Amino acid sequence: MSATSPSRSEQVPLAESAPREARESAAPAWRRSPPRWHGVAEALIKTTALVAIVAIVLIFVFIAAETLPLFTSHEVRAEVTPSTMAWKQTWGEAAARWSWQPASEIPKYSIAPLIIGSLKITVVAVLVGAPLGILAAIFTSQVAPRWLREILKPTIELLAGIPSVVIGVFALLVMATWTHRLFGLEHRLNAVVAGCALSLTIIPLVFTLAEDALSSVPKSFADASLALGASKMHTVLHVMVPAALPGIAAGVVLGFGRALGETMIVVMASGNAALVSWSLGVSTRTITATIAQEMAEVVHGSPHYVVLFALGAVLLLFAFATNVLAMRIVESFRRKRGGS
Amino acid sequence: MATIEPSQRSPGGEPRAAVLTAAPSPKLEVRGLDVFYRGEKGGETHALQDVTVDVFPREVLALIGPSGCGKSTFLRVLNRMNDTIPGARVAGKVLLEGEDILAKDYDVVTLRRRVGMVFQRPQPFPKSIFDNVAYGLRAHGLADKREITRRVEQALGRAALWDEVKDRLDAAALGLSGGQAQRLCIARALAVEPEVLLLDEPTSAPDPIATAKLEELIAELKADLTIVIVTHSMQQAARVSQRTAFFYMGRLIEVGATKQMFTRPRETRTEDYITGRFG
Ligand SMILES: Nc1ncnc2c1ncn2[C@@H]1O[C@H](COP(=O)(O)OP(=O)(O)OP(=O)(O)O)[C@@H](O)[C@H]1O
Ligand SMILES: [Mg+2]
Repeated sequence: MSATSPSRSEQVPLAESAPREARESAAPAWRRSPPRWHGVAEALIKTTALVAIVAIVLIFVFIAAETLPLFTSHEVRAEVTPSTMAWKQTWGEAAARWSWQPASEIPKYSIAPLIIGSLKITVVAVLVGAPLGILAAIFTSQVAPRWLREILKPTIELLAGIPSVVIGVFALLVMATWTHRLFGLEHRLNAVVAGCALSLTIIPLVFTLAEDALSSVPKSFADASLALGASKMHTVLHVMVPAALPGIAAGVVLGFGRALGETMIVVMASGNAALVSWSLGVSTRTITATIAQEMAEVVHGSPHYVVLFALGAVLLLFAFATNVLAMRIVESFRRKRGGS
Repeated sequence: MATIEPSQRSPGGEPRAAVLTAAPSPKLEVRGLDVFYRGEKGGETHALQDVTVDVFPREVLALIGPSGCGKSTFLRVLNRMNDTIPGARVAGKVLLEGEDILAKDYDVVTLRRRVGMVFQRPQPFPKSIFDNVAYGLRAHGLADKREITRRVEQALGRAALWDEVKDRLDAAALGLSGGQAQRLCIARALAVEPEVLLLDEPTSAPDPIATAKLEELIAELKADLTIVIVTHSMQQAARVSQRTAFFYMGRLIEVGATKQMFTRPRETRTEDYITGRFG
């Protein structure tokens, strides 16, 4: 595919140049056909886009292929099936329950504790991070004087550049101690600590997108509101923020996706116990942390290996759904506003 | 230009204006107004130079002059909208019923409630038509839904937009045509019942029916409010205004009764402009 595309794009300018020369007699003398390198640049751009798309498709295919034995292989299905992953099992005991214990005598592969864990931590991260990011964006773009804005914006965006392992260490050593002293939660490492640490990664994301959205609202909107005798704050809350809402909402949803996929921080700060509990104060294990920690020890092709890929597929579906949701939100806001 | 001023303004006020308007004390007094904009590379544009003029209660003052002469700038000073332009600087005095509105601690929110403005480029909010007109009312703290509805309908009616939008008040205002958007902005400004209304080319959309209706409205509004209107149309200035001010290159060249301005202008530059020799 990529072998044919360059040769085709070389042909395009050649094919076009013949009739153009014929036309050129009527055109003014200064008019030239576009330079040759435009064609080359176009081919390069197309190839790059193609490579990106192919890479994404390959990842999908790879994960799907490795997950497939869960549905087809007898050997794997003797130990685990999609339905034993999803529903409560008795595991040879009296009461049915969900359990993630892949290394025990009877390997237990319930996905529920991991999904609950991922959602708990992600929701905490978004509930903490999104309001902070949005408020910081409103302050920076609408309220702060220019000199302060020029300090704040790069500083907050710098937060995105901190390696997640550093945030993980900070969470493990500092934040865990603080939250333990402040709230005295059940376990030292828990969903609150991990969620708060994760919020540090989504604050800059939400901030950047919200700030961009707010700054690109035309000044004439603010002027129109002020001229009607609305106060500065009323203008910000009733004109600027609503006009920027698609961008802000997209930022929050993308932040959700980012938090869901983040791995290193949750490995370090969540405590990693796969409990079936909605309590925020207990140790929590996420899908991502499970894949990261167990993939290294697993036997290639074993049921456990296949299950980890199934977890990856679930994660991918979640991420896909969040992105579709983000686009939907932006689209519906657009339609409601009408035009532009 | 300073030489024009004494002849325009005799010490005891403006006799011409006193004849035209019942109230002797001006609504707005502009004294020695200068406006500067920050240009590129640290320079400044002197957009208005030493402008002195009065606006009397319940009159329509038309501002005319070639493009870029400072008409919009002058309007924006009257409700302090120049504050929102970074680097804009204003010197001189503007008094609203004797109070200096350019004073640092003057409450601009209250000022803008009293002195409403319709911009040259209409900018509806990305909200419904209804919410656009209700915006100012709500911003001023009116919460009574029926009262809001009543005033919105009245304002749309006065701005000659009601018939066109009465069946789609919940539709997005950004879907309106240019001329409709302009009338929406007029309705929006009228809804909050200002004392002074600043109109920056309110009828630039070439729609004779809407224009006629708007001019009717201006004649009607004049009964209880003061209007300053910028217009590029000499005919419109002649039709709606009692007095006309001619701006040229940042200076107020001449201000006087509209009839006299259009028949016997004192300045040759005014005459040139009115008769279409430039601008
Ligand atoms: N925000 C601004 N920053 C810098 N210069 C400005 C700004 N607004 C206006 N000016 C300049 O000030 C002068 C007066 O502009 P103004 O908009 O008041 O003219 P106008 O008489 O309203 O013109 P028009 O009839 O075209 O609307 C012009 O030279 C213009 O370039
Ligand atoms: Mg103008």
